[in-house]
Amino acid sequence: MITIEDLNIRLLDFHLHDIKLEIGENEFFILMGPTGAGKTVLLEAIAGLIPITSGTIIIGERDITRLPPERRGVSIVYQDYALFPHLTVRDNIIYGLHFHHIDKTKAKKDFSRLVEELNLVHLLRRLPTNLSGGEKQRVALARALMVEPKVLLLDEPISALDPAFREEVRNGLKRVHQSSDCTFFMVTHDFAEALSLADRAAVMHDGRIEQIGAMEDIFQRPRSTFVADFVGMKNLFAARYKGTKAVIDTVEIELGRKPNTTHGYIAIRPEDIVMSTAQLSSSMRNSFRGTAKGVINQGLFYEVRAQVGDITFTSLITKRSLLELNIHEGSSLILSFKSTAIHTF
Amino acid sequence: MKAREPFFWITISCGAVIMAFILLPLIEMMTAPSLAMLLETIKDKNVVRSIWLSVYTAGSAALISFVLGTPLAYLLARTTFVGKRLVEGIIDLPIAIPHPVVGIAILSVAGKNHWLGQALGELGVRVMGSVTGIVIVLTFVGLPFYLNAVKNGFENISPRLEKVSRSLGASMFSTFVRITFPLAWRSMLIGLIMCCARAISEFGAVVIVAYHPMIAPVMIYERFEAYGLKYSQPVAVWLVFISLTLFLILRILTVRKKQEA
Repeated sequence: MITIEDLNIRLLDFHLHDIKLEIGENEFFILMGPTGAGKTVLLEAIAGLIPITSGTIIIGERDITRLPPERRGVSIVYQDYALFPHLTVRDNIIYGLHFHHIDKTKAKKDFSRLVEELNLVHLLRRLPTNLSGGEKQRVALARALMVEPKVLLLDEPISALDPAFREEVRNGLKRVHQSSDCTFFMVTHDFAEALSLADRAAVMHDGRIEQIGAMEDIFQRPRSTFVADFVGMKNLFAARYKGTKAVIDTVEIELGRKPNTTHGYIAIRPEDIVMSTAQLSSSMRNSFRGTAKGVINQGLFYEVRAQVGDITFTSLITKRSLLELNIHEGSSLILSFKSTAIHTF
Repeated sequence: MKAREPFFWITISCGAVIMAFILLPLIEMMTAPSLAMLLETIKDKNVVRSIWLSVYTAGSAALISFVLGTPLAYLLARTTFVGKRLVEGIIDLPIAIPHPVVGIAILSVAGKNHWLGQALGELGVRVMGSVTGIVIVLTFVGLPFYLNAVKNGFENISPRLEKVSRSLGASMFSTFVRITFPLAWRSMLIGLIMCCARAISEFGAVVIVAYHPMIAPVMIYERFEAYGLKYSQPVAVWLVFISLTLFLILRILTVRKKQEA
């Protein structure tokens, strides 16, 4: 559906390097990355709003690389909504119809459906100034979909909203994605948001795509230290492999399999490490004695840092477990994890 | 009641001094001529002609600024390029240059000793002592005010609105007509009024380029020189009355703009 080949963009203070992407029809694809990675630049390049240096962008069968934005069939929704302040909600939504030849009865039907799905019926006569963030974003979504784009680009549509409004916009997004055959391409720096919406994603860093694949793959099997860190694999160590073991300084970790290189990285998600005060009788192949070096309140969870030999493991536990195990700085702990929880790359 | 700090009283007294400083001379002048004298003055064909000439040339200057200035203001608001600061500095130059110098500068290119002046002369355009000359001078001094007001107006419109409009199928032209212009027309109107107000008050540059035909400020000066204060006051009152009307419109427009934002 969207094929991007060898895309390079050189701006005054920013470069995009050799972007290659392939996104399927009606897919919900997510582009992740920290602020400043170049996500919005890529989005605006697809929309034709930024001049590209080299490469091609193909949507469907059509090479759109040199087309002006109004002829690409690509709609865009920004984080700050960008609603036209002098037009009512209704006029905002139907704005694009002035420039498209869409059958009137069909347009009316689409309008009612979108307004219904995004819960905007009661707002149609209002001006954008008087709407909440969530309402504004739903209007922007309806406006973008009204022109039946082949691709909908979403630039962090949820991140700026109050937590209370995120749910409604997320649900709205899911509904309209299911009822349209449009391809959704969303940018976010929030990993949890991505998990709940998309099947496939890419991680971007410093103007390059670091990894692209199924959501599950990126989450469980990052291919670079950057991606591992980005998806929250806080236990990330450079290791030397010896048989089925990974050696990090003085600590030997059982992998349960033989890696085909001699050096690499191992990564373990903090929630996969179980802490206890006594040795557990379980199938977990790795078990180490360590000392708690820090207990950090993360809101719903506590992050416990424990030192084993020369390395520090990070684990997440609930407040209840923390109290039950009576963990505090200096406590002696047993850390256990399955060898299948270890990701090597 | 809580005692006010001395700083508060300083701000109040300074404010009062400034108010008096601006209002006292104006009120004194406005109330000096009798109603009969004002009526008699406005019946004088020469006075009406020069006030009308002032309004008409200032309006023309504003119109020229609108046509030539709007695209440049848009360019400056939307793009960054090497030398942009320099361009902005050049635009502000007419504000900083002493007024008679402006007149002399314009005459030096419009005179017979300059190729531009010669070319204009061959086309039958006379700058010295003509309405054309007055309009050129007034445009020169008024243009920066129009450009800066409209540039600010464009800058306050998020470029994303235009980007969204484009992605929804609107061409650059449609986007300007449907989005940019409706959001910027108020700042254009304010720019026009600022430009007009500046142009209508110009004396120093005009008197060098065109003493005749006589615009209102030149006529006020002439009557003051020839007959004294009493005789020049009524013309001044009428000119101030017109300037104040322009200023009032400007205030009403800006206040409404603030309420909407």
